[in-house]
Amino acid sequence: MGKQKISSKGVQNSCCTIATLWWFYLVAACIKVLLFPSYRSTDFEVHRNWLAVTHSLPLSQWYFDETSPWTLDYPPFFAHFEHFLSMFAHFIDPKIVHLQEGLNYSANTVVYFQRGSVIVSDLCLLYGVYRLTRNLDSRKQKLIWLLTIWSPMLFIVDHVHFQYNGFLIGILLISLSYLEEGRDLLGGFFFAVLLCFKHLFAVAAPVYFVYLLRHYCGGGIGRGFIRLLIMGGMVAAVFAVAFGPFFHLGQIQQVIRRLFPFGRGLCHAYWAPNFWVFYIMSDKGLAFVLRRLGLNVQTPTATFTAGLVGDSSPFSVLPQVTPLMTFMMVLLALSPCLLKAWKNPQPQMISRWVAYAYTCGFLFGWHVHEKASLHFVIPLAIVAVQTLEDAKHYFLLSIVSCYSLFPLLFEAQEYPIKVLLLLLHSILMWSAFSAQFPDGAETARPHTEKKVDRHESSKGSFVIGWIEKLYLVGLVTVEIWGQFLHPLVLGDKLAFAPLMLISIYCAFVIMYSWIWQLTSIVKSR
Amino acid sequence: MVKGNKTSSDTVSVVDGDGDQGCFWWWLVHKGTTTTFLIVGLFALLVRAAVSLHPYSGFANPPKFGDYEAQRHWMEITINLPIQEWYRNSTRNDLSYWGLDYPPLTAYQSFIHGLLLRFFHPASVSLFTSRGHESYLGKLLMRWTVLSSDLLILFPAVLYFVIVHYGQPSRSRKSDIGWHIAMLLLNPCLILIDHGHFQYNCISLGFTIGAVAGVLSGMDVVACVLYCLALNHKQMSAYFAPAFFSHLLGKCFRRKHPLLEVSKLGFYVLGTFAVVWWPYLYSKDSFLEVLSRLAPFERGIFEDYVANFWCASSIIIKWKRLFTSESLRLLSLIATVITCLPSMIQQIKSPSNRGFLYGLLNCSFAFYMFSFQVHEKSILLPLLPASLLAMEEPFIFRWFMQFAMLSMFPLICRDGLIVPYLALLALFILIFDAPGQERVKESNYFYNYLGATTVRLVLFCYFILHIVYLTMNPPEKYPFLFEAIIMNVCFSQFVLVNLGCNIKQWVLNKPTKLEVDKKFI
Repeated sequence: MGKQKISSKGVQNSCCTIATLWWFYLVAACIKVLLFPSYRSTDFEVHRNWLAVTHSLPLSQWYFDETSPWTLDYPPFFAHFEHFLSMFAHFIDPKIVHLQEGLNYSANTVVYFQRGSVIVSDLCLLYGVYRLTRNLDSRKQKLIWLLTIWSPMLFIVDHVHFQYNGFLIGILLISLSYLEEGRDLLGGFFFAVLLCFKHLFAVAAPVYFVYLLRHYCGGGIGRGFIRLLIMGGMVAAVFAVAFGPFFHLGQIQQVIRRLFPFGRGLCHAYWAPNFWVFYIMSDKGLAFVLRRLGLNVQTPTATFTAGLVGDSSPFSVLPQVTPLMTFMMVLLALSPCLLKAWKNPQPQMISRWVAYAYTCGFLFGWHVHEKASLHFVIPLAIVAVQTLEDAKHYFLLSIVSCYSLFPLLFEAQEYPIKVLLLLLHSILMWSAFSAQFPDGAETARPHTEKKVDRHESSKGSFVIGWIEKLYLVGLVTVEIWGQFLHPLVLGDKLAFAPLMLISIYCAFVIMYSWIWQLTSIVKSR
Repeated sequence: MVKGNKTSSDTVSVVDGDGDQGCFWWWLVHKGTTTTFLIVGLFALLVRAAVSLHPYSGFANPPKFGDYEAQRHWMEITINLPIQEWYRNSTRNDLSYWGLDYPPLTAYQSFIHGLLLRFFHPASVSLFTSRGHESYLGKLLMRWTVLSSDLLILFPAVLYFVIVHYGQPSRSRKSDIGWHIAMLLLNPCLILIDHGHFQYNCISLGFTIGAVAGVLSGMDVVACVLYCLALNHKQMSAYFAPAFFSHLLGKCFRRKHPLLEVSKLGFYVLGTFAVVWWPYLYSKDSFLEVLSRLAPFERGIFEDYVANFWCASSIIIKWKRLFTSESLRLLSLIATVITCLPSMIQQIKSPSNRGFLYGLLNCSFAFYMFSFQVHEKSILLPLLPASLLAMEEPFIFRWFMQFAMLSMFPLICRDGLIVPYLALLALFILIFDAPGQERVKESNYFYNYLGATTVRLVLFCYFILHIVYLTMNPPEKYPFLFEAIIMNVCFSQFVLVNLGCNIKQWVLNKPTKLEVDKKFI
């Protein structure tokens, strides 16, 4: 009887679901609009310059123009995306797309237009989230929307700092949703498209490759071979559409040079909280100890953030790190996951695997930006609602990775905003998770009989353990020290120390998250 | 709620699938009122912090600048001059340049905030040299003083009100309470004026909410003291005086020793006033000096374009030309008292909690409509009781809020706050009509009276008016044509709301009255 009732309400429900999803999006959009006049990083001018380059120059000049220092260094689809936007920009204010006059243009028109374009492009994220969650029950749906559409990290990076991550992650989520449905060809297609928008997403390519090879191209050699040809042909076609014109013009080398700028350092200016932070710190520590022991250890002249210059190593004791080494380490870290995907390619595991791949890329990659943590935190939100353990892990991870973005907004004006965003997110997440996993429930959610998931074996309620609590208290201490006590006690001395402290402190949780994800993948059947 | 989940997680999911409003917000409300308040409060703070990024009134507009400069100037005066000279014209204190014209509590608040500014950024409040001071840090500190006042006064007052008003809520009401907290804390008009335009209305309105909660909880003394504080922060809080007076008087009459009760409250009122005014009570002259600063009778009957009776009717009757300022003063006083009377009489005859809230709305409306020297910002005062009544009168509240926003639109445009205006209006409508919260029911009498078609038509005109005001230039002959149209549209709607609420107050059903009677016997 109950079932009948539900099915008769099905149509009305899905319409209601979409309305609710729009509600989440629009509420977020209102806040984003209010953030229009906030601080914006040089990325704003970067994207404005790309609007100008793609609008005023022919395709053959896009990757050669050097009017502004912020040259085009994203793959062609993103350039086309900017070209598409520039048509509207030209209509609104021609100065925005003017190559010379538009340099560092900061009138209201350009701010409103560019900020507005990020909000509108977030519709892609909205669609991706919708596709991924449309078959879940309404409670999980709302939780996931809460975690993704209202993600404070997206607010900080996209809508204050200025980037188009929501749009790109949306494409990733669309791809994942097709894979989860078993429509591998479309999943692969969207991933190929994503790579032609932003090549940094290629970290997950090995996972996609192994998964598609085993899941899509399985079932007999003949059939598998044909399917491999279809998939390969489709991916090749996408890349041909993106890079073909430049190939035809004979510019492919220049494009590649722009996309992969060698000569950048191991770390970004602000160290992303990853493995290399520990490596660098242990190098410093060792050097200090050895010097104390009377050994002659030379102080390195090179820095980690600069590129590789000659033979000089930035390390005093530990061996030099090269891009190739980081690449190998990422692959090595990925290998257990690839093995799993090879053995048993399950559609419901793909989100975890892809998120794990981006975690590995973040931890061991070369010249990683702190913003890259978005690539795994958002997809992990999809799996965070499945079990209690996932929820606990996600709770800590998302707080810490959001906190690690704080140094991006360094001006006093945005200080209350970033703190409030994180606080609101944490308490909402806490409230929602403890509602989803209530006290002493025997089983998590035995809602619908047809969907008793094997993952849902969680027992107990959502409680924050004492280690986590201690860690979070430490996080607050780090913030208070860096913001208030450090300037008071030490003044201008060791100005880099607070940032370093944030990096190191956050790196612990990212490492923990990596180990946690690894074990959960290895343990899974 | 937690218990409910434990026993009936099966049924919950079925009900949830049907979109039951009690369960829709389970992730927000299941921890209880305090957590819900915390979440909504953090969100409201975030909105405020985001609005405060935008420009303020008189930004880069010398020589007089705007309200921001006035508040900054008061800080400059209060921290640099002895307390007796704050309201006195002298070579050090030129009253013609944003002289202090609010009661002493505002002066003390300026003093405290001034100390804060001096600590972090002395140049922004130094005597004379800081006039028209505008800087990144100065703006930030000033904005943070408003944020902190909001957090310290308005927020706790709202929590107090919600706890008193709802008591121990049943499970299904939890999401209602969450909604009402959001309505109280996300009042777009208040946020725009305080954090955009720049004023400290949150303090006096916060004290008023506290006083209302005091009345509702039966703690009349607390209510009296808090209301006196509100009155001593902004004299405009007097809009609520008739309602407080009549309700408390009516209540006292129903007790054993009415005279004793009244004199007890009177004692507390006088005591609070004496404490606040203490530095000015040493001589009659100094007291009158301050008092004369508070009554702006030298100004006109209304300023700019206000959606009240005098401004709306001045299209036909040129009040300012026909009457002298004195007779206008008398006329406005009589009109105000007459419009206040019905709700006052009702409250003296049968004081009830609900009737009190309606009384607040009706009295403050009467003042807005007919009193002397009203600005467009004064609409915040009648809006406050309307938001306290949001649960009982969702349609009226929404209607009123929309037109209150419209009535401030020309002011907002002058301040360059169009973007936050539109965002906050959208946010208000979104949260008002949040999924799972079907507020405006067909059975609403006001809605029925207007009729669905009329409502849609008026709303259509509402949006058209915004677009016209933003995009079109008025004819040269009538440069203020659009302002006049906006004000008259708003005035007509305000009259409707006011009439509706007056009638509602009079026909409040008897059970509520009995309930109150039982309480006091």
